Amino acid sequence: MPAPVLCQSCGAGRAALRRPKTGRALCRACFVAAFEAEVHGTIVSARLFQPGETVAVGASGGKDSTVLAHLLRLLNERHGYGLRLLLLSIDEGIAGYRDDSLEAVRRNRGRLGLPLHVLSYQELYGWSMDRIARHVGPKNNCTFCGVFRRQALDRGAALLGADKIATGHNADDVAETVLMNFLRGDVGRLRRCAGILTGGEGTLPRCKPLKHAYEKEIVLYAYFQGLDYFSTECVYAPNAYRGHTRTLLKDLEAVRPSAVADLVHSGERLAVREDVRMPTQGICQRCGYLSSQPLCKACVLLEGLNRGLPRLGIGKPSRLQKALTGAEKPEAGFQEDSEQSSNAVRTIDF
Amino acid sequence: MAAPLCVQLEFGGGAELLFDGVRKHQVTLPIQPGPWDIRCLLVWIKENLLKERLELFMQGDSVRPGILVLINEADWELMGELDYQLQDQDNVVFISTLHGG
Ligand SMILES: [Zn+2]
Ligand SMILES: [Zn+2]
Repeated sequence: MPAPVLCQSCGAGRAALRRPKTGRALCRACFVAAFEAEVHGTIVSARLFQPGETVAVGASGGKDSTVLAHLLRLLNERHGYGLRLLLLSIDEGIAGYRDDSLEAVRRNRGRLGLPLHVLSYQELYGWSMDRIARHVGPKNNCTFCGVFRRQALDRGAALLGADKIATGHNADDVAETVLMNFLRGDVGRLRRCAGILTGGEGTLPRCKPLKHAYEKEIVLYAYFQGLDYFSTECVYAPNAYRGHTRTLLKDLEAVRPSAVADLVHSGERLAVREDVRMPTQGICQRCGYLSSQPLCKACVLLEGLNRGLPRLGIGKPSRLQKALTGAEKPEAGFQEDSEQSSNAVRTIDF
Repeated sequence: MAAPLCVQLEFGGGAELLFDGVRKHQVTLPIQPGPWDIRCLLVWIKENLLKERLELFMQGDSVRPGILVLINEADWELMGELDYQLQDQDNVVFISTLHGG
């Protein structure tokens, strides 16, 4: 049996992992301390929070949001951030679908001692997914679910009076998104996706305190701390293109672990040429959510549902925009809203 | 090897879904001419325990990148990875980071 490797930090404990970012072997206690200190460092150096803020933590019951909620509660107490933290979960209203993950969120709420708010699509939009599915049929309900999901955290957090949203996106997620936007030539998203604090102007600011944390370390942190989370079917299943991107990233990481941090860095440092036309970003006339069209996609879909013409919102966006906004004419040379390509970017941690 | 090896295998983070949702498996590895290293163990798991979608668990003769392996609570990267030779009563944990939540 090989002799156990000793911790390169304290020199005493038996090393429990090799850190992907630095290659250093650390014992459990030194790793936990270093990991917590680094997330604190990220929060402080990027000035993610102000004292007195109410922060809604998007809680899906999965590994990233579970670790995020645990860390924010801990660091808020340890370093006196002065934040009011609350957990926000979204229930799409699909019978059976969220039962297990919401159960995991509820178990964690007990352990964390943070208030939990579960908001349903019914409360946020007046329609549950089951009811939408009965109206639009199984072929189109994914469009509705995806569009509504992108806004659900924003609408929910605003409803709860939060000042900011924190999501569990980790370094691997950001690296993957940088890579995917690059592969797709989606310059608008490429410029935004590596930001640690985004939003403002009509929408709530969103931040990613785990942006520099490797997935491997998040999972091992949860394992060593005995955090309980819910895992669902493989992330390869739903979106083939993202799946391939993820595989590529994992394969690169296996050869050179710094690939993840390097890609995040590339995303941060990329400069877009002055003469590149960016999609115009405006605000939805009805709900205030970011939209390049007078009405955001969610409001268009809702309007269709409420008028009893649920298929209105699917396909041909510009003609519909014109019909719904009536008098107000859309600007000439309107840009296709990049937010409308479905499944394009996983912006919410569910 | 004089006697069969008893080891505890654990699957988590969603990897258990490939094993009928069962997390802990107490297994006895039969006597074989050479030593039982992790490379052999993976072949044995593939042939005896895995229920579905091999490609989500293995790639080549190793685990798929994104599946973490702990041997007696330590990262297998510190233990020789595929070359680690199993001892009786060892505990091997496989945690998927590839499953969403
Ligand atoms: Zn140590
Ligand atoms: Zn709107």
